[in-house]
Amino acid sequence: MNMAVMNKTAQSPLDLRPGDGSTAKPMVEFQQVSKRFGAGSSGAEVVALDDVDLIVPRGSVTGIIGRSGAGKSTLIRLVNGLEKPTSGHVLVDGTDVAGLDEKNLRSVRRSIGMIFQHFNLLSSRTAFDNIALPLEIAGIDKQTIEKRVTPLLDLVGLSDKRNRYPSELSGGQKQRIGIARALATEPKLLLSDEATSALDPETTRSILALLTKINRDLGLTVLLITHEMEVIKTIAAHVAVIDGGRIVEQGATFDVFTGHKHETTRALLGGLAGMHLPEFLTSRMTNVATPGSHTILRVIFKGENATEPMLARLGSDLGIEVNIMAGAVDEIAGRPFGMLVVSLLADLEKIDLARNFLADHGLSSEVLGYVR
Amino acid sequence: MSADILALLFKATGQTLYMVAVAGLIGSLFGIPLGVFLATSGRGELFPAPSINKALGLVVNATRSTPFIILVVAIIPFTRAIAGTSIGTTAAIVPLTIATIPFIARLVETAIREVDPGLTEAARAMGASPMQIVFKVLLAEARPGIASALTLTIVSLIGYAAMVGAIGGGGLGDLGIRYGYQRFMPDVMAIVVVVLIVLVQLVQSAGDRLARQFDKRNRPK
Repeated sequence: MNMAVMNKTAQSPLDLRPGDGSTAKPMVEFQQVSKRFGAGSSGAEVVALDDVDLIVPRGSVTGIIGRSGAGKSTLIRLVNGLEKPTSGHVLVDGTDVAGLDEKNLRSVRRSIGMIFQHFNLLSSRTAFDNIALPLEIAGIDKQTIEKRVTPLLDLVGLSDKRNRYPSELSGGQKQRIGIARALATEPKLLLSDEATSALDPETTRSILALLTKINRDLGLTVLLITHEMEVIKTIAAHVAVIDGGRIVEQGATFDVFTGHKHETTRALLGGLAGMHLPEFLTSRMTNVATPGSHTILRVIFKGENATEPMLARLGSDLGIEVNIMAGAVDEIAGRPFGMLVVSLLADLEKIDLARNFLADHGLSSEVLGYVR
Repeated sequence: MSADILALLFKATGQTLYMVAVAGLIGSLFGIPLGVFLATSGRGELFPAPSINKALGLVVNATRSTPFIILVVAIIPFTRAIAGTSIGTTAAIVPLTIATIPFIARLVETAIREVDPGLTEAARAMGASPMQIVFKVLLAEARPGIASALTLTIVSLIGYAAMVGAIGGGGLGDLGIRYGYQRFMPDVMAIVVVVLIVLVQLVQSAGDRLARQFDKRNRPK
């Protein structure tokens, strides 16, 4: 691991990300939103969403992550009124969509694009005609449609597939057409419903890169739901973790993921580098320190802080022997994040001293156990 | 075969084609919208009207389960009111149409229900009205299914049209019964059957070709 190099890259101008920390009116705001299904004579009702408060900052890419059945699909469908909340308000650019009738909802929906897990392209229409569909629905004339669709095909890199039918396209190409279609009415908000869940990892990356580009170049706010940590880590500046219909954590992605206070967040983070301990350690680890045992410590570094010189100084300054057992570096929302699992041979007082030393230099640590 | 018989054969074929064409056309005119309505008027669907949906469903089932020859006789007063007479080729079109409407409606309903609900959702998310969804999504996507449905309808109509000889409707079936069977002319019977087979074959392959042309779902990459 070359920390010197990492230090440089870590100083990317993070605060220039659109919408970050801005004081502007949020693009979407959920206020005490609840949604219950099947509230009728027939059996028990299902609580899909329970008192949800959520903010989607203008110009941001905001991700909602949760397991299947956590309520994310319902949540995203409330934004364009495909579902109505049982109670609460859903403000989209200041308008409460929960209170609109179908006719007014239709005009709001034209300012919100949506992409889907299974693309939902019309099999009977060519790529061009699929992108043109929302424009036809909005009653736009043929010439204007032609002028709008051609650059969109270009934007998603499929100008050569203009007259192809969906069945002649690959999954990634279909989703690109889906994205172009969602952008056709020049919306201010793009909703993504598990848009990469049916795609392979490589295609997923290229679709995420396209979404990032659209967010950056067009200043479009993106709200996405996913069950894939990878997706959030790669493109979302803001994240909300949903479980059992409740938002259990929300905030800047880096803070939520590196803080990972809530148990659901931890479970979802299972795949993140360094969260799993190697078997040879866990099998020998105990919770109780005995004289002469090694203390197993997880040291977490975020962004700018480098670990290796600090660990070296534990040896030189405090005389503690440090062994690196496992470690990994990852990137969350464009910032490096990593952890090292180390074993220290020292008595407990010295261990406390060492942890204070690390804390003074901005590295958090956690005692995982002891090994003889 | 005598020239007289040949002339009868031409006339009968013309009558059959006339009945099938008119009944098929009017039947589609009523049957397709009825099928669309049946497919979209359930609870929570585009035009929610569950009780009307149920009632129409019952009427459709009743009509479809009545044997055609009984239907022909049962609606004679109605036929007279519409066509001015209850006998003859034009009069026969009335029961043929009445039998065709529910037939087409059920087939169209099935074709429309096969359209991926995700497409309806996507169209709603674009701000489409229910009518726009019907025309731009459901009917467009169900075109291959509807083409197959109409093919099947016309083939069935050719069969039904053979039965309306009972009310003086004429046509190929009538010719076959009266000459081929009652007058012991097996050659007439044979040629009637051959003409019917050829007609059905032509309709079926034309319909299949049309359905294939509409179907863009399985094109090679």
